[in-house]
Amino acid sequence: MTGIIPVLRLEGIVKTFPGVRALDDVSFSVLPGEVHALMGENGAGKSTLMKVLGGIHQPDEGQILIGEEPTVMTSPMQAKAKGVVFIHQELSLADELSVAENIFLGELPLKRFGRVDWQKLYADTDAILNTLNVGFDARTRVGDLSIANQQMVEIGRALTVDPRAVIFDEPTASLTDAEKVVLFKVIADLQAKGVGIIYISHRMEEIFRITDRITVLRDGQYRGTLTTSQTNEDEVTQLMIGRSLDLSRNTSHHALGDVALEVRGLGCGALFQDVSFALRQGEVLGFYGLVGAGRTEIAETLFGLRTPSAGQILLNGEAVRISSPIDAIRHGISLVPEDRKNQGLVLGMNCRDNMTLPQVDDLTAGPFVSDGAEIAIFDQYRDKLDIRTPGWRQIVGNLSGGNQQKIVIGKWLSMRPQVLIVDEPTRGIDVGSKSEIHNLIRALAAQGYAVIVISSEMPEVLHVSDRIIAMFAGRVMREFTSDEVTEDNLIQAISGIGDGKVMKEPVSGQMHG
Amino acid sequence: MTRARYRDALKHGAIWAFILVELAFFSIAGEYLSVSDKAFMDFDNMLLLLKQSAPIGIIALGMTIIMINGNIDLSVGATYALSAIVLLDSMTWPALQAMGDWAIPLAWGLALMTGAVLGAINGLIVWKTGVDAFIVTLGSMLGYRGLVFMINGEQPTSHLNWTLVDFAEAQFLGLHTATWFLLLTALALWLMMTRTVHGRNAYAIGNNREAAVNAGIRVGPHMMWNFVLIGFLAALSAVVFYSESGSVNPNDGMLFELWAVTAVVLGGTKLTGGYGSIISTLGGVIAIQLLRKGLGHIGAATETVNLVIGLILIAVLLLDRQLNRKGKEELKI
Repeated sequence: MTGIIPVLRLEGIVKTFPGVRALDDVSFSVLPGEVHALMGENGAGKSTLMKVLGGIHQPDEGQILIGEEPTVMTSPMQAKAKGVVFIHQELSLADELSVAENIFLGELPLKRFGRVDWQKLYADTDAILNTLNVGFDARTRVGDLSIANQQMVEIGRALTVDPRAVIFDEPTASLTDAEKVVLFKVIADLQAKGVGIIYISHRMEEIFRITDRITVLRDGQYRGTLTTSQTNEDEVTQLMIGRSLDLSRNTSHHALGDVALEVRGLGCGALFQDVSFALRQGEVLGFYGLVGAGRTEIAETLFGLRTPSAGQILLNGEAVRISSPIDAIRHGISLVPEDRKNQGLVLGMNCRDNMTLPQVDDLTAGPFVSDGAEIAIFDQYRDKLDIRTPGWRQIVGNLSGGNQQKIVIGKWLSMRPQVLIVDEPTRGIDVGSKSEIHNLIRALAAQGYAVIVISSEMPEVLHVSDRIIAMFAGRVMREFTSDEVTEDNLIQAISGIGDGKVMKEPVSGQMHG
Repeated sequence: MTRARYRDALKHGAIWAFILVELAFFSIAGEYLSVSDKAFMDFDNMLLLLKQSAPIGIIALGMTIIMINGNIDLSVGATYALSAIVLLDSMTWPALQAMGDWAIPLAWGLALMTGAVLGAINGLIVWKTGVDAFIVTLGSMLGYRGLVFMINGEQPTSHLNWTLVDFAEAQFLGLHTATWFLLLTALALWLMMTRTVHGRNAYAIGNNREAAVNAGIRVGPHMMWNFVLIGFLAALSAVVFYSESGSVNPNDGMLFELWAVTAVVLGGTKLTGGYGSIISTLGGVIAIQLLRKGLGHIGAATETVNLVIGLILIAVLLLDRQLNRKGKEELKI
């Protein structure tokens, strides 16, 4: 450590917002050629720290040094000029423009009279694309690229300057495993050039695969920096949440009731085919698979958002036709969707109104909605699910991810459903709230609800499910009971690999989809 | 929390604060600049102001619901004109003339039905085709106006019924008939938006349509009902106004849609839907009318009025943006 000058240092950063001390004396540095992970729960202060670094927020105290030079950051553009580049989780590309135009957006090379120097533009872009080793060229329309390749374009943007430090914010959120390998190669190349990398991610297995050091924030405070090779997941998790997260195998077993939902030969075009399973009351059935394996589409079909092209759905032994969410709700099927903010909640509405949304029709007194009936339902499920909110008037958009998810779950529980489908129950939810949601799902099963859990996180599926269905390319590959499932045979099943063959690269932890 | 509540109060109260500022400004400026020796805040003057707010006001109240629901209706001005023609023309039909004063409720009913039907056509197209309401009602704005000219030619339609004029000019508890219609409409719509299932669902659909669908809400019928309602209200506005004036020009009601949107936006309702309030729109309507009257009162040329209103609208939206952006930043900590 001594002798090497960090490419970037943040020293004693303090940032307060009205009523909140978002960053409290946080220090952080990146050495040349180092991959330094920044970890913390949602709300720990990671994004605020990065906004300070990008000049979006000005720190109240503390300073930023680039090399040895104290710098006042005023905007992400200025940061880029100083060699500090951000690669954000959300892509910000113009779909209709070419790769070259996107990479040099705002700084197109010009000839006289303001005409674009296309030759130079394409040549420069192809040079950058070469270093990234990608399979498309400068003239490709960005909208025609896969998400992973679009991310490469985003990275290409960072390389138009000679970067000293590159910040990756959850870069693998939408990548497949093969695509991750390509990304990690690019990161390694940058590293070899002496660029300092800040890597923000929740995914432990990636952190341990590519980073050199890990700095953890909690509640806006610096909690320590660990050397990756000398620590383990438990230590990091404890630092993040102050205790360790239990993701042991599901072992609790209770008696199961009758078959609540049965699906026979269900198919929906090319999305999935010939899916059959039966779900009993009190059982949690996990669906696990890769991107595009058809898991979410099955849920959407059961909830009436898609029209099946084949097969039968039986509830309590009777065949039903479900052609809209209205039908599904009437039959007692509820869906807690994957994308909570866009599909599950009306973010601008208060907690109570969100929770009673599907049944507000039945809560009327005369022509008007009955305040009392609504508040009674809200109070009941707030207590039952331990939803932490100052009151029912709180706008849902202001709640944390975990509490938002509980509102969605409460919304459906208050309808007393037969079948509860939960798609990615803990996506975007911080570590501390994850186990709460897991316990909640187990508790619901114990009360006799029939639950389907779709998840891309293997530990999660293993932790909550009684049975697991492994899917690959729209087909059910295998069904496991919780006794016979192992990480290895589950991975093989979702990769479409038959018995006996072993995957080349051990994949553990999370998949996404 | 207290800060958020403070900001909330500021947002809801802003339009009323603005009205107070207008009143103060025109009263004081009027002392020096006004040609008339009547005070600006003269009671009769204020009553008249409310009455004059009614035609656009009633439409703006309907527009608030449409916009909260995430749509827009550009055809209200044409609906207004067409309903007015039905009102006045129908009273000249022999069958209705034979009925004496009973022709009045019948003519009203026909005009109101016209508005509701025109609105229903808009709603049905938006619902069944999924085409954006902006485009659909842009088309129907042109189409309905075309009908006005086909029926009327370039000539005004006129018919004065003195019983009707007396009714329209009457004052009850000091307020004019038109003012009563404005206030009662506001009350009814406020109750609908804050207390009924339809109001709740309209907010939900405007805020997040996908989540509303996933909660089993029938989006189409709710939107349809709102379009019927605004058509009805455009007709109601026409019925109230033309009962008194007795003559429609084929160009009447032009730009009403934009004045209505202006009042709604000034009242703080979001163009993107899901947020807004009937009462604030009422404030927006009054604020605009105050500005028109006030500028006249201090002797400003009528040509300047639109310029000033335009500038104020932009200033208000800038302010709103600042307030909202602050709010977002606070959330992201």
